[in-house]
Amino acid sequence: MAVTDVYDFYQKLEDEQVILSFKGDFTSELLTSFLHILEARMVELGTDNRKKRRVFNVLTESFQNLYHHIDEFNSGDSITKRSALIIVKHVDNNFVVRTGNYVKNNDIQNLKRKLAMVNSLDSDELKGLYRMKLENDPRTDKGTAGLGLIDIARKSKSKLDYDFIDIDASSSFFCLKVVIE
Amino acid sequence: MEKFTIIGSPKTPTINFDGDTGVLEFTGRSIPENSVEFFTPLLDWLELYEAQPKEKTVVDMKLEYFNTSSSKCILDFFKRLERINGALSEVQVNWYFEKDDEDMAEAGEDYEAIVSLPFKIIEVEEIY
Repeated sequence: MAVTDVYDFYQKLEDEQVILSFKGDFTSELLTSFLHILEARMVELGTDNRKKRRVFNVLTESFQNLYHHIDEFNSGDSITKRSALIIVKHVDNNFVVRTGNYVKNNDIQNLKRKLAMVNSLDSDELKGLYRMKLENDPRTDKGTAGLGLIDIARKSKSKLDYDFIDIDASSSFFCLKVVIE
Repeated sequence: MEKFTIIGSPKTPTINFDGDTGVLEFTGRSIPENSVEFFTPLLDWLELYEAQPKEKTVVDMKLEYFNTSSSKCILDFFKRLERINGALSEVQVNWYFEKDDEDMAEAGEDYEAIVSLPFKIIEVEEIY
């Protein structure tokens, strides 16, 4: 790799209108920094408060989904599989949050079912599902509410765009794109 | 009764629970990864308050935003207050939202639909 390749990376981020990105291990402190940087950028961009809060919400849930799910790959797995990617873009006055992370093939069916369900519902149905699960579902074994994807769909007001890439016999790469208009 | 106070952080709200006035206030954002850990001391304090509640208990929720992990804990908090509402204390929830923040107003309605406590959903110019 030539030292000047960094320009290609730079140009790619510029072309894609990326305002923030991170690849690596997701720590608790990182989210605070992320929100801080994003807040400053949104002030510069003149983003209104409502959209600002929606972007914060979607980013927080996306980030914490990654934070909680990365540890499904334990130290026996490669370090690569325990890191993830998050990208925030600002395109035509919309914000786009994109994430990429490894998932266990055993978990995919359940995840696909949740994604398809969320995408099949309109905003009132999402509200109903959120309330029903908030009231009745126990916490997950990670102590989370299991409401992340529903909340992302509710706050973004858009359908979730997603796909899975086969990696090996036990894992795949989960790609998620959320647009906040 | 001893006051319960937590100073807010970028990821956790400021908490002011005053057992002498019966005013329980949340201010700021609540987005910790581990919400159960954050909320446990609040619920412990509430258990002490339940033994000697004021005639009126007022909850002032002034949240900028919260994560789904906190949403379950906030529900636990309200469920706890349901137990003292009526016979022991008259509980009132004031759920504040900033002008134009329909998401936060709707979040208040989510709880109002689930919890048997009187809710006032109040629009303000600035949340804090």
